[in-house]
Amino acid sequence: MVSVAPLDPGGFVVAAAFLRGQPAFASGAGAVLLLTDAGERRIPVHDGGLLVACRTLEGDALLSGGDDGTVRRLCADGTVETLAEMPRKWIDMLAAGPQRAVAYGAGRSAFVRQSDDTVKDFSQGRAVGGLAFAPKGLRLAIARYDGATLQFVNTAAAPQLLDWKGAHKDVTFSPDGKYLVTTMQENALHGWRLSDGQDMRMTGYPGKIRSMSWSAKGRYLATSGANAAIVWPFFGKSGPMGQQPLQLGARGDQVVTRVACHPHEEVVAIGYQDGLVLMARFSDGEEVLLRRPGEGAVSALAWNDEGTQLAFGTEAGEAGLVSL
Amino acid sequence: MTLSQDSKIPVTVLTGYLGAGKTTLLNRILSENHGTRYAVIVNEFGEIGIDNDLLVESDEEIFEMNNGCICCTVRGDLIRTVENLMKRQGSFDAIVVETTGVADPAPVAQTFFMDEDVRAKAKLDAVVAVVDCRHVLQRLADTEEAEDQIAFADVILLNKTDLVTADELKAVETRIQSINPYAKRIRSERCAVPLDEVLNRGAFDLERILSLDPHFLEEAEHTHECGPDCDHDHHHHHHGHDHGHDHHHHHDHDAPHSVKSVSMTAGELDPQVFFRWIGDMTQVNGPNILRLKGIIAFKDDPQRYVVQGVHMILEGDHQREWKDGEARNSRLVVIGRELDFDALEVAFKACEA
Repeated sequence: MVSVAPLDPGGFVVAAAFLRGQPAFASGAGAVLLLTDAGERRIPVHDGGLLVACRTLEGDALLSGGDDGTVRRLCADGTVETLAEMPRKWIDMLAAGPQRAVAYGAGRSAFVRQSDDTVKDFSQGRAVGGLAFAPKGLRLAIARYDGATLQFVNTAAAPQLLDWKGAHKDVTFSPDGKYLVTTMQENALHGWRLSDGQDMRMTGYPGKIRSMSWSAKGRYLATSGANAAIVWPFFGKSGPMGQQPLQLGARGDQVVTRVACHPHEEVVAIGYQDGLVLMARFSDGEEVLLRRPGEGAVSALAWNDEGTQLAFGTEAGEAGLVSL
Repeated sequence: MTLSQDSKIPVTVLTGYLGAGKTTLLNRILSENHGTRYAVIVNEFGEIGIDNDLLVESDEEIFEMNNGCICCTVRGDLIRTVENLMKRQGSFDAIVVETTGVADPAPVAQTFFMDEDVRAKAKLDAVVAVVDCRHVLQRLADTEEAEDQIAFADVILLNKTDLVTADELKAVETRIQSINPYAKRIRSERCAVPLDEVLNRGAFDLERILSLDPHFLEEAEHTHECGPDCDHDHHHHHHGHDHGHDHHHHHDHDAPHSVKSVSMTAGELDPQVFFRWIGDMTQVNGPNILRLKGIIAFKDDPQRYVVQGVHMILEGDHQREWKDGEARNSRLVVIGRELDFDALEVAFKACEA
């Protein structure tokens, strides 16, 4: 049986995450709503707006960037620390890496801060669109104008340049480290097979792709940007090349704005423009409605590690917790 | 639909050469008590001495699309900044974008038509050019950008009028008039103008241009046309159409490569003929068209159709019912370079039903 607990995060929900099992909702107004055993806590994190947030790999803290030019870490116990500052810049790109490394950026700049407080500069000549760490080794991918750049953080080796014309935005490594995928300003994904630099172009989307999520064991990549979740197969020798994607949760008149794959099952939670949330199973497309339409587009979705709870948030500042 | 349109954040784009007085105007926008909260996007903080958490510095990033379609060239940094601002909805009422002195204003304007996310949240209110009356004639002689900025503008702020003689000012006004006779011109010293003459113009001041309703864009849906490789959605709003006359040329034949404009009038048009013509015409002449604005009467259509464009992008929709006694004429203004205005007029006329 599905039950939904509604919550008030206080603004546009930029991200949701579970911090040591506690649901957290980061709001564009600059605060995070943290649900602890002792009740709801609204914790101010940024002095202005909060633009981006993601969970640490350890699952014990929420990293966030704001228009106050800071990168902050909200720990599961509610304490907030400042990790980095770029005065007067709006920090809207963030990635959590292994060994507690944090990559952050704004405009053309990209930096990596390591746990010993050292900061390295990986700024590019053109716009940086997104940042991601490889699953193994301290290796950073920087999506940028006309491609992506791969760089080991702690070696002097020359960066590996992956070129593809156009503006690349979000970026993600497949969990096995074999593929790198970016979303583009065009309504398309671009991918590279890292073993040989082979290009993969995934097109046909009616809208921009704003959300990507790898399924359990990295077998599929689910994406938003169409009236169904478009789920590309990444198993086999050549990944999605020559393959048709699954289309799950198709609705005639509503666009998918957010996707989040279940941590263990081949199931994806799908959020739509009208605020509806459902989950769909890869094997047979079976759907379960989790939340009816609301006031705004779904802007955040996150599963807890066990896959028993789903946190969602919308652009209109609605949020909730679905318990399965 | 009306609701979502009304909730769009109005955006004012500020152009002008370095030293023309943009910073002075921005300081006023940020510091005066005018009851509107502006988020201001600048290319550098420079001399803006105001601490405001809605002031953001943004490095100009021109994004070209894979298809090579020039109408798809947008300002990537603006897309990002508008998206970020939307996360703070409710903390501001309007956006002002300052461009660098040498910037081509087209990608800025195109961003608000081309990017689906930006288009859903924000609408272009007006392009305002700040002009330094002392130096503008020299700038116009030296650079194409200065001319583009004036050609693009809906409002032209003739600044530093105290630093030129009456004759010099007249020469400046005459020259600007020859480039863009349709913009609203305001004389000022140190940008001392009422801000409501510059901001929240209610979309492009078409009232003045075409002596028609100023709330041109407010109920408009967007459409655009692109090159053959463009893979966006294209939607058109077609419908029905008698006819008219009279046209004004504003170009002087002495300067063959400079910006000129034409205002054309016709009667009721055949929508099929008109859409085919304007689509083809903007495809062919897109690079040379700086701005295009019009109000069209289609045969058997009870509503006025408004159209505007930047290069190859066209957008248009029904605006409102024609009023009783209102002349059902079609008017189209085109500002651009190296255009065959006589041929345009013949072709526009040929769209009559």
